[in-house]
Amino acid sequence: MTALSAAAADGEPLVRWDWISRNLDGSIAEAFREHLVLSFTPVLLGLLIALPLGLACARWSRLYPVVLAATSVLYAVPAIGLFVIFVAFTQLTYTTVIVPLALYTLSVLVPSVVDGLRSVPDHVRQSAEAMGYRPLRRLLGVELPIALPVVMAGLRVATVANISLVSVGALIGIGGLGQLMVTGMKWPGGGFTTPIVVAIVLIILLALVADLLLLLVQRLLTPWARAGRGGGRAARRAAAAKGGGAA
Amino acid sequence: MNVIWNSLGWFGEAGRWSGPDGIPTRLLEHLWYSLLAFGITVAIALPLGLVLGHLRRGRTAAVAGFLVMSSANAARALPTLGLLILAVIVTTAGDLVPILIPLVALAIPPVLVNTYAGVQQVDAGLRDAAEGMGMTGRQVLARVELPVALPLVLLGLRTALIQIISTATIAAYVGLGGLGRYIVDGYSRQDYDSMAGGAILVIALAIATQLVFAALYRAVVSPGVRPQAPRPRPERPGTKRRAPSAPPARKETLP
Repeated sequence: MTALSAAAADGEPLVRWDWISRNLDGSIAEAFREHLVLSFTPVLLGLLIALPLGLACARWSRLYPVVLAATSVLYAVPAIGLFVIFVAFTQLTYTTVIVPLALYTLSVLVPSVVDGLRSVPDHVRQSAEAMGYRPLRRLLGVELPIALPVVMAGLRVATVANISLVSVGALIGIGGLGQLMVTGMKWPGGGFTTPIVVAIVLIILLALVADLLLLLVQRLLTPWARAGRGGGRAARRAAAAKGGGAA
Repeated sequence: MNVIWNSLGWFGEAGRWSGPDGIPTRLLEHLWYSLLAFGITVAIALPLGLVLGHLRRGRTAAVAGFLVMSSANAARALPTLGLLILAVIVTTAGDLVPILIPLVALAIPPVLVNTYAGVQQVDAGLRDAAEGMGMTGRQVLARVELPVALPLVLLGLRTALIQIISTATIAAYVGLGGLGRYIVDGYSRQDYDSMAGGAILVIALAIATQLVFAALYRAVVSPGVRPQAPRPRPERPGTKRRAPSAPPARKETLP
């Protein structure tokens, strides 16, 4: 520890640009590609499972408390703990990281889907029924679009959390950009900050871009929300109130 | 499954329950770091959230609110492992302080945001009534706004503590003691049983924390302000709609 702490004293710059330019096409690009796979696959998997599960929970209200209790316990479990447990089932592969992160995504998205569907006003549902909408068409054409802002808020939370959680996988050797952090930590002579800073900056940028892209998708999918001013504010606040997740 | 099952033998190995690398010592270390970081977090974020939520009018309040809300999103994007490693390499302070900084910094936003949102969302009529009864601003905050905001405040505290417990596990990688040692040391020795044992202990600790907060919720939140589970349907005696085992509040059980 003391040896590590001494590194800052001898005027070593925080970022060495020459290291970055030398490794941009090599280890940085490789880590970034791995990070993309490890963070977005779980989002897709989680969404694919959360939609039907959320629909089932909204329909059969007996089911929801059980699922909610399971997801909230799951969400509290530290990611590193789940990764280690999954090593027993999957060995050390991408799946070891992808499955736990998909479970996290699921635990964020299921409540979002249910809340979103519950936010559909009763009179809207009845109007659709009176207009002759069959249940499936009513779901796809009326209920899901109204639920979309709440679902998207959950999706944004899950995506951003996943992007930063992937780096924890570096502790078991599968961490995307987290691998660069480990490289920096293990550097001979008390650590090397450049790869760590590169990893942190890329993760934050990736999270920011993903968040903005999802926001854009939401705007494109809900043109009616733009007609009224500040329509997304309630959804945003609800998302923020859900707070940070477990690392 | 078999591998997990086999690794349970780790718990029964000689010396597992005593000495500096024994489970009781590691658990106490973990609790000590976590509660220390949690105490600092609460001391900073709770009063700040209460005051910012209380001042709801004016430009400063609007700017503060925006900053508070964005801090939650920013904190979610920050990779904990990177911050821990960076803090340890860059600082020259003692062993514990550089690790405490990221622990606290990452735990502040959930407490701050939920406290702020909880106080800010208190019904304006309720606040006016309290003022009409002659309460001062401080009394309104302490006797009306805080009790009503309590479910969200507790949610924030719980999120923060669980976040700290899992980040403290990761901090074993940069030399901190605690339960994360079993995972990190086990990985470097290629000893899966030790890793699985550590993972099980950390998971148990996180779930225990959640149970403690559920009990705390029942103990301190007034039944009058607990959000009811299915909102639109009025409760009627004799209907079996609400399962008796339903969690006390939908908001509370959400992460």
